[in-house]
Amino acid sequence: MNFWSLALRNLLRNRRRSLATLLAMVVGLTAILLFGGYRSNILYGMQTGFVQYSGHLQIQRRGYFLDGGDNPTAYGIADYPRIVEAIRRDAVLSPMLAVVTPTLQLGGVAGNFSAGISRSVVATGLVVEERNRMLQWNEYGMVSYAQPLALAGTGEDAVVVGTGVARKLKLCAALGVPDCSQEDAARPADGVSAPADILTLSAQERAQPAAAVRNRIEILAAGARGAPNVASLSVVRANNLGVKAIDDMYVAMHLSQAQKLVYGTARPEATAIIIQLRHTTQMAAARARLEALLAGEFGWQGLEVLDFQTLNPIYGQTDEFMASIFGFIALLIGVIVLFTIGNTMGTAVTERTVEIGTLRAMGLRRAGIRRLFLCEALLLGAIGSAAGLACALAVSGLINGSGWTWTPPGYSYAYLVLVRVGQDVPLLAGCVAGMVGVTVASALWPARRAAKLPIVDALRHV
Amino acid sequence: MHPVSLRNVEKVYHLDAVTVPAVSEISLDIRPGSFTVLSGPSGSGKTTLLNLIGCIDRPDRGEIAVAGQPVQTMPDDALSDFRARHIGFVFQNFNLLPVLTVYENVEYPLVLAKAPAGERRKRVLALLDAVGLAERRDSRPGQLSGGQRQRVAIARALATGAKLVLADEPTANLDSHTGAAIIALMRKLQREHDACFVFSSHDPQVRAEADDVILIRDGRIAGIDRRVAAEATA
Repeated sequence: MNFWSLALRNLLRNRRRSLATLLAMVVGLTAILLFGGYRSNILYGMQTGFVQYSGHLQIQRRGYFLDGGDNPTAYGIADYPRIVEAIRRDAVLSPMLAVVTPTLQLGGVAGNFSAGISRSVVATGLVVEERNRMLQWNEYGMVSYAQPLALAGTGEDAVVVGTGVARKLKLCAALGVPDCSQEDAARPADGVSAPADILTLSAQERAQPAAAVRNRIEILAAGARGAPNVASLSVVRANNLGVKAIDDMYVAMHLSQAQKLVYGTARPEATAIIIQLRHTTQMAAARARLEALLAGEFGWQGLEVLDFQTLNPIYGQTDEFMASIFGFIALLIGVIVLFTIGNTMGTAVTERTVEIGTLRAMGLRRAGIRRLFLCEALLLGAIGSAAGLACALAVSGLINGSGWTWTPPGYSYAYLVLVRVGQDVPLLAGCVAGMVGVTVASALWPARRAAKLPIVDALRHV
Repeated sequence: MHPVSLRNVEKVYHLDAVTVPAVSEISLDIRPGSFTVLSGPSGSGKTTLLNLIGCIDRPDRGEIAVAGQPVQTMPDDALSDFRARHIGFVFQNFNLLPVLTVYENVEYPLVLAKAPAGERRKRVLALLDAVGLAERRDSRPGQLSGGQRQRVAIARALATGAKLVLADEPTANLDSHTGAAIIALMRKLQREHDACFVFSSHDPQVRAEADDVILIRDGRIAGIDRRVAAEATA
């Protein structure tokens, strides 16, 4: 017979009260774990998406991120192939790397001449095979919505656009984009009639085989010397990028095509070098090593290393937002549990006052009385946490298997509602430790009160 | 050496604005191996005096020595340890721990005294045998009669080998027949263990069995009736 055995028997003494207390803990812990699991799923999902598309780290010219988005020529990284090679060969970085790839981002105007429509786009020049490899990164086993770029094995003039761009440019029929009206495509443009030579060209264009022109667009971009440059491109596919604002602007093309558009015949550059690591936890070490590498041989270029959180501020904002809600819910539940268990333990002390006096008379120290009640609370906390954990896992299993979906604000398609309770060990450990901590904290005052009872008063208690 | 020695002991209770002297100017030596009864009317101070002797209350003035050690200034933890080693208690309402079995109740003081498991088992079984409850060792207190519960309490009081056992009205909640049996058992065990038993009681059966009767009235010793020489009780 020891303290734990005695504590357990004391808990079983009033089973209904102990059960009610446990129920409060189970409901509280389940609620907090489910919300925490949902939050984890959102954050891991966002992180996976960002890392798949923009890597963990990017090397850019200093100032490009804040000021240079519309001016790739002013912030191009000269001699980027040598930097990429140096990174790949670096003994420290090499084991951490999943993909290192250059990219060139540019702004321009995309037009569908045959539909008489144009819109501004943000085009990304990329190395297709490497970017497709990046899309396979899935450290957290998320349900991935990333679609491989259909540019693999295509000609240099092939592009992929967002479904929003396809809709705006009236390419739905050619690309099989659902949920868009094509009625305007056949309607002549309003306004003053075009000059005769343009109308002739237009007639010639329409005379070409339909399939060949249906998916062609032109992109106008500013060249290295400020002169406009136009490329005629073939849209091979429309991908849904998830976030509507991006989906409405997105164009992906071969890096060589993008470089031709911006630099023409001049020496090609890149606006960023994307580094995708094997594990997110390697970010700090990789960043430190990259900064050391760039400060040496390539220091003259004024390069900086940015992480995905800086590149995608919405990640940090979402994290803070969810953390504040999580904290608020945790606080509410913590207070409820605190008072519920405090009340249970307080009642137990009152009911067992004579027993406390007897134990003290027999020689149990004040600390022993405190320990007895704290053991009971700890046991209650452990049992409640285990039951709450089991309940949360069961409910999360039901939710994950239900197939519920929702469309987050600003997103263009519905996501599965998933909660990562079982997979998020820090969340589990934190919530369980928090619950046990609250349980013990709630017993501190009643235990102290019990320990301070004068023995003779306790023995006289009726 | 007297197991209990009191010199000019006073204890005052403060009830709101009223001050009530519970015991005053008590000087007393309890003889070793004696069966001593503190007797007197209700409110005379018997229980207060017993509490002071049992080191579960502190005097406002005076000196108390138990087993030769002054206890009135002893720190709380030291006093707890002292009680665990030297004093056994038998309460009017038995005060057994309801969640423990008979065996565990008797064993508990030995656990507090950190006695080895083998020794605990040996002592508990011997005591349960002595009080006639070996067959009920796995019963809970709620399954026992009043007399049986008091037998468990007596076994528990003697578990650590304490030479001083204090009993506050031990027969008050028992019928006269059971009370007499309990007194007889206590007397027998007191002799077997060479312990000093001090009771507070106004039960004539208890007084009749006592070696010494100390009459308390209005918080003072009104008389001491030493019926049997200490040597004869041993």
